[in-house]
Amino acid sequence: MLFSIIAMAVSAIADWQKTREGLFRGLGMFVRLLPALLLVLVLVSVVLFLLPNEIIVKNLGEGSGVKGWIIAALIGSVAMIPGFIAYPLAGVLIKSGVAYGTIAVFITTLMMVGIVTLPIEAKFFGWKTSIIRNGLSWAAAIFIGFIMALIL
Amino acid sequence: MKLLTKYSLALLFLFFVGLSYVFDFAAGEQIGRNFWTFFSEMIVFLPLMFILIGLFDVWVPRERIEKHIGASSGWKGTALVILLAGLQAGPLYGAFPFAYILWKKGCNIRNVFIYLGAFATLKIPMITFEIGFLGLKFSLLRTLITLPVFILLGYLMEWHLKHTNFEVKHP
Repeated sequence: MLFSIIAMAVSAIADWQKTREGLFRGLGMFVRLLPALLLVLVLVSVVLFLLPNEIIVKNLGEGSGVKGWIIAALIGSVAMIPGFIAYPLAGVLIKSGVAYGTIAVFITTLMMVGIVTLPIEAKFFGWKTSIIRNGLSWAAAIFIGFIMALIL
Repeated sequence: MKLLTKYSLALLFLFFVGLSYVFDFAAGEQIGRNFWTFFSEMIVFLPLMFILIGLFDVWVPRERIEKHIGASSGWKGTALVILLAGLQAGPLYGAFPFAYILWKKGCNIRNVFIYLGAFATLKIPMITFEIGFLGLKFSLLRTLITLPVFILLGYLMEWHLKHTNFEVKHP
């Protein structure tokens, strides 16, 4: 954030005309994306309401092995929890006995797979490519969980 | 009128939350609060991110990007996009516009997707946070396993998209 402001100041001193153009281009893109962003934020708010932390803890605690990974991957794909909430939550999960492999699947899908953010992703990459990227990331997350479970 | 249809869903949502408050509908109030949490985070962070993208667009010449992370760049280009992603912050959807700019400036398909993967899982500020809550051993292992996996993912995406007329679109 601070970096943005400094970058803007330096850029403005160096070349005001260029800076103006950059600001217009950047903010123009933001304005065009805003409707899709708002849609995603609405979806996220509803999903977060339907999937509160207690339900996540309960479901992840029950499953183990492959079943646990799949549940973790499903919750992780739908939920969009920012890191500063997700890591403390994962810490709680480990204390309540959830396996490391399951946690790894949960965190990886949370970060790499975003079903609710698909409308934004598709605006840049197209639907097909976005779905393939998310599908591959989903499989990759299960694989990462598998290796983590083998090692830890 | 066109503007109104674009934002109709958001307006409808606002109306729903408003009604929830008037009639003390607890679920609606909670959803409204969730929305506000995300919205306030987004509205501060994203415009600044887009300003950076715009500045990057006008200042960084295409030749430079193309040379370092373009079609003929090797593992150094890959290392560069991973480093670039690692230093950034924010949710993954914030990385899509940056991926667009990289693509526009000549970054190859593989590096675009490796950038997204690294942005999702290897942000250095987030890793320090991860170590705090899950321990050094877990974080280190997860990072070391994840790194080759999404590099492979980048190759897979490139292999799949190479012969299609894939492009990262301007939204």
